[in-house]
Amino acid sequence: MVDVIVITGRTTEQGVSIDEKLTDEYTKAVALCEMNEEDMKAINVKEGDRVKVKTDSGEVVLFAKKAVIKDLELPEGVVFIPMGPYANQVVGRSNGSGTPQFKGIRGSVEATHENIKPVEELLKVVK
Amino acid sequence: MRNAICTFCGNACDDIEFDGFVGKNLCPLGEAKFSAKQRIEGPVVNGERVSYEEAIDRAVEILVNAKRPLLYGFASTVNEAIRLGVILAEKLGGIYDQCSSVCHAPSTLAMIEEGIPGGTLGQAKNRADVVVFWGCNPVEAHPRHPSRYSVMAKGFLTKGRQYRHVIVVDVRKTATAYLATEFYQVKPGYDYAIFSALRSIINGHEDAVPDEVGGVSREKLKEFADILVNGKYGVIFYGLGLTHTRGSDRSVENLVKLVQTLNRHTRYIIQPMRGHFNVVGASAVAAWEAGYEYAIDFSRGHSRFFPSEFTAVEALIRRDCDAALIIASDPAAHFPKRAVERLTEIPVIQIDPHPNITTLIADIVIPSALVGIEAEGTIYRMDGIPLRVKKFKETEYWSDYEILKLMLDKVIRLKGE
Repeated sequence: MVDVIVITGRTTEQGVSIDEKLTDEYTKAVALCEMNEEDMKAINVKEGDRVKVKTDSGEVVLFAKKAVIKDLELPEGVVFIPMGPYANQVVGRSNGSGTPQFKGIRGSVEATHENIKPVEELLKVVK
Repeated sequence: MRNAICTFCGNACDDIEFDGFVGKNLCPLGEAKFSAKQRIEGPVVNGERVSYEEAIDRAVEILVNAKRPLLYGFASTVNEAIRLGVILAEKLGGIYDQCSSVCHAPSTLAMIEEGIPGGTLGQAKNRADVVVFWGCNPVEAHPRHPSRYSVMAKGFLTKGRQYRHVIVVDVRKTATAYLATEFYQVKPGYDYAIFSALRSIINGHEDAVPDEVGGVSREKLKEFADILVNGKYGVIFYGLGLTHTRGSDRSVENLVKLVQTLNRHTRYIIQPMRGHFNVVGASAVAAWEAGYEYAIDFSRGHSRFFPSEFTAVEALIRRDCDAALIIASDPAAHFPKRAVERLTEIPVIQIDPHPNITTLIADIVIPSALVGIEAEGTIYRMDGIPLRVKKFKETEYWSDYEILKLMLDKVIRLKGE
């Protein structure tokens, strides 16, 4: 397990599939945890392996994706999840402004063998 | 169709050519928007196909019987429909909120405190010799922004990339950082402190600045301040990297103060990188109808603004709403899970062209025409410039305006003027 700061946000792939959220393409675009290579080594995962991200607000299983030069370089200790239903399992509260804290959330990442939940199941989980 | 307006992001590019199948001048996001994809086939109530009139009847029944319905979305439709949405919220004694509340709403709070030294994208294109991107990544979120308005744009006075100093400030080296002359990588959540440090340096108090602020050395900050002050006309574009993180509205306020400081030496403006093509309309129309931009409660018969209670996320988490009308948005995909949890407990009515995550939890689904392709109206680009989006494809689908108009008529018939 490594301690990380979680940030969420837009990506091209998320934007391209945003009007087709009930497709595999969308799930592939957003069920990702983009990480620095050193952090991946620390928890012994390779690109495509599953990781569990935990914060005070919740936890979610995602595919690990290596941050690479000229695409999505990330410093050690920072992970990036594309905005969407997966990221929103772990985002923070609003601290009074009414806008939730979607970036800069303290959490941890660990390797896992649990499956990635389909979107329908994420909704049932919260019911 | 020539000069069509792309209805994806806040750029609202107005030079699109579209023959009904293939578009020219579109970025990957616009191309996806204009390509054929799955639609909601027809109005559905509890899984059963019905007519538009019946779906609207059933929706109105839910809304008038709710104690405090939440009306949310609006960023991807036209001003004419947004106006009806605000009036509908007032007649119902409900809450009006829109996508800004999970996006640039902290910018509105900062604007209320400090004002906004704003301008237009035209000024950025024609005049800016210093362009800063702070906590935003236009290459992925607003792909044609660099070529049309900022980095490479060939303007009247600033004639292209070689005449511009481009600075990117971010916690990660984004694709946009590779367009920059300078990239400053900062620690997450330290924007406020860095704005203060830059203000101190520009005001001649660099001795008050520690050796390092937010991961940037004092030397680097001095170099940064020099570039800013030496610009003839600067634009600071900023994104959710500021509003979504620690400091939020206070960070934007401090950015405005930095711009005020810069304006004592040269000329600077700021511009939030607004996401949806008409999220500015969802704010502006509500402001001219009800006095506030978002998080508006009408339950006492007049408008009240209180973001920590009346934003959709807060109202849902606090269980302060008992029905929801979601239009042109997908909160089930984009709200924190505790807010979505409440959404699964209450009756939900959805108006949208495409099936999305909210469709999975909606009791009533009313499909709508695609704005800017099958429906026309007025929108505001990210800098507040009004544009007329066009209709160039016939459709059986009702527009957002037509759906909300019939809803409002029926609500008025039941509840009175």
